[in-house]
Amino acid sequence: MSDVMTAAPMPGTSSQLSRRMMLKVSALAGGGFALAASMPMIARAATPAGPEGTAAGLNAFVTIAPDNTITIVGKNPEVGQGIKTMLPMLIAEELDADWDQVRIVQADTDMALYGPQLAGGSFATPMNWIPMRQAGATARAMLVAAAAQRWGVPVGSLRTEKSRVIDGSGRSLTFGELATDAAAMPVPAPETLMLKDAKDFTIIGRPIGGIDSPKVVRGEPIFGVDTQLPGMVYAAYERAPVFGAKLMSANLDAAKAEPGISDAFVIEGNGRADQLVDGVAVIASNWWLANRARGKLAVEWDTGEWASHSSSGYDETARKLMASGQAEEVFASNGDVDAAFASAAKVLEAEYAYPFLAHVPMEPMNCTALMHEDGSLEMWAPSQTPQGGLAGVAEMLGLEPSRVKVHITRMGGGFGRRLTNDYMHQVAAIAQKMPGTPVQLIWSREDDVRTDFYRPAGWHKLRAAVDAEGKLVGFDDHFVTFDAGGGSFNPAAMAPDIFPAKFVPNLRFAQSKMKTAVPMGALRAPSSNALAFVMQSFLDEVAVATDKDLPTLMLELVEGFEPEPDEQGFGGMSSPGFNPHRLAAVTKKAVEMAKWGEPVADGHALGFGFYWSHMGYFAEIVEASLSEAGQPLVHNVWAAGDVGSHIINPFGAMNQVEGSIIDGIGQAIQLAVQIEGGAVKQSNFHDYQLPRMPMTPQIHVEFVPSDNAPTGLGEPALPPVIPALTNALFALTGKRVRSLPIDKALFAKA
Amino acid sequence: MAYTVTINGKQHDVDAPGEMPLLWVLRNELGMVGTKFGCGIGMCGACTVHVNGEARRSCAVTLSSVGDAQISTIEALAETPVGRALQQAWLDEDVMQCGYCQAGQLMNATALLTKNPQPAETEIESAMQGNICRCACYTRIHKAIAAVSKEGVANV
Repeated sequence: MSDVMTAAPMPGTSSQLSRRMMLKVSALAGGGFALAASMPMIARAATPAGPEGTAAGLNAFVTIAPDNTITIVGKNPEVGQGIKTMLPMLIAEELDADWDQVRIVQADTDMALYGPQLAGGSFATPMNWIPMRQAGATARAMLVAAAAQRWGVPVGSLRTEKSRVIDGSGRSLTFGELATDAAAMPVPAPETLMLKDAKDFTIIGRPIGGIDSPKVVRGEPIFGVDTQLPGMVYAAYERAPVFGAKLMSANLDAAKAEPGISDAFVIEGNGRADQLVDGVAVIASNWWLANRARGKLAVEWDTGEWASHSSSGYDETARKLMASGQAEEVFASNGDVDAAFASAAKVLEAEYAYPFLAHVPMEPMNCTALMHEDGSLEMWAPSQTPQGGLAGVAEMLGLEPSRVKVHITRMGGGFGRRLTNDYMHQVAAIAQKMPGTPVQLIWSREDDVRTDFYRPAGWHKLRAAVDAEGKLVGFDDHFVTFDAGGGSFNPAAMAPDIFPAKFVPNLRFAQSKMKTAVPMGALRAPSSNALAFVMQSFLDEVAVATDKDLPTLMLELVEGFEPEPDEQGFGGMSSPGFNPHRLAAVTKKAVEMAKWGEPVADGHALGFGFYWSHMGYFAEIVEASLSEAGQPLVHNVWAAGDVGSHIINPFGAMNQVEGSIIDGIGQAIQLAVQIEGGAVKQSNFHDYQLPRMPMTPQIHVEFVPSDNAPTGLGEPALPPVIPALTNALFALTGKRVRSLPIDKALFAKA
Repeated sequence: MAYTVTINGKQHDVDAPGEMPLLWVLRNELGMVGTKFGCGIGMCGACTVHVNGEARRSCAVTLSSVGDAQISTIEALAETPVGRALQQAWLDEDVMQCGYCQAGQLMNATALLTKNPQPAETEIESAMQGNICRCACYTRIHKAIAAVSKEGVANV
């Protein structure tokens, strides 16, 4: 065992800086900024203790050492989306920090200090665009005030540049030289400070490499699963392959007799798949030994009613429900749909379907926990929602939340999988049984593929009514989805305003639900990753039936409509309503980029797709062909995106768009999770085949700036590429893909 | 049973079953966690190390089979000119998103360019197709390898 210790650094107390005098500026959740020096002997205002969850909902955190090193806390979990680099860029911009002297540390989980800390929903950019800049501006104002006092000059005569305050005569002081004085300055209210004009940005808009990338290329231990603590042991967790099963009996003797096994014990679940299901923990000095010994466990499971469930059974039931024409409930309705169909010149009808999908981030689920002898719990958690994980674990163990400390580790991908913290609960339950011993739970890839919270499969029966002038006048969708029971979160839920809801005069969305025990969760661009395929494919059918192309139909549908009003969104932020002008702008841009309408190479064709999700607008065009075996080949993808006024870090932005597009192509061509006997049939990368390098097309991206605040890019570029590909295949062959993944047999050359 | 293995030029005694994969010897017996666990069945390449200079999946190399082979891992990648050049190219191209697979990508790319300093585009694709990047940073991985191939390793 190595005794190398790896832990997320504590904000403002890194070993390098702890013996220096430091300034700590932190925003109170209550809206004001409090000030504290990190060294107790010079502490003035002590630790901020703002009320939880108040309106401002933020705590920014800047520490300046005398040598002018500026330490900025990255508050959100880094999952590969680049947030640990990007949020500090916002602070550094308004602080006028010299980026080369900035170091970034990862925050621990602390709602009171930092406000919401999560990696999901592409929320971080819109939620933090203003507050993080205000945090930087507040610290800057205090540094300027300190300099003004020292020189006896008015604040207005001073400017800042690259971590220095400079006066009219050209004399200057570094932030480091001013830090202690600045700590004694009054804290300005953030809303009283002018933020920079965009033309003065020097950090926002600059391509900056990932802050931890140098560590990654050297193989340094920075991921959750790299956590090592003195005396740490490893755990593997055996659970029922059939969802919803309960443990009846377990004989652990043979497993305990295996080499290296120190213990094995039954864990009783709490009935919640998102927390703790029944299982057996196997403990060893080496994870491979623990995992291998699972093969010697004799466990009997009661699979109850769920063992009869299967993907084919769901498909059969869904098709019957759609054929019945009787939906359980109507959840969106405009005009008179039945009349529109009765008087239509042409009616189109089609059934669409898509499968369950797994997330499979490269770093398998894992978490490290230590139950201290005093009964408090410390965790090192690769979680997209560490605050939710902390609260859930505390509740499950009956601990005060203040007795659970959660360090946020870098994650080897998430894609929504780590929004659900079942692995945190598992290791907490294990650690509780072995106080004083740190334990790291690791899942095998098989555990990961077969124990996910899946993108739900879904079915849609669509009808469209076209009038004598070729106008789309009626639209009807009967959506068949799942009900996990107990009012649980349904990540497949279809919003009543999904496009083209407000743009067709007579429209009805209805749904029916099937019971399932298959756990469901949000996968990158949840619901949109499926609905874009369904809606944009069917609208392409409408376009073809009315002798126009899809970009033209989209522009016609939104013509004359004005932007919808803002709504209250997540975390109290304002969520802009759908804006048809932005749809039109990206559509026209994509059409121009791809030279849509001009001839393409023999055997190739173009297809178009548009989608609005997570406040981002993307129009994408795919150039595709087919191999002899009917395998779709994607040659080029042109993407035009509107994600607001600024691309904060062009490196991260391009990387997200490229990755989303390839992710979507993989989903379209080859990904599906199938349920058989109540369990998942697939188990690892041989039968759940992620895209590989040879599948990568040329990707051309342009951002269309708009006057909206910037929004996140983790998700919105994914959904439209799927229908763009299937629409291209239709243009090429006249065959319509109505079920994912694409059936190669449909396109195999005879 | 005790084995002696040579990792990055240094000998280590390991007391573990001979069928234990080298991956888990590195990670849990020796505390060298730069080599990553991705699938355990040789399908993803995250655990790629060099065995006598050849790229191998350490999840599929057993402890007992190592013998006196020279094993090198990501922790020692900077000791070779090709490895150093690729590390720098990875940063210059801002290759990664989550970064979890990149140790394996770098080890595989280093083995490729050491053998074949100027691979054709299709040779890069073919050599790298065993390494999955779930974030799909493939365009950038390809560019970074091509850049080192073009510019050589002399100036790193």
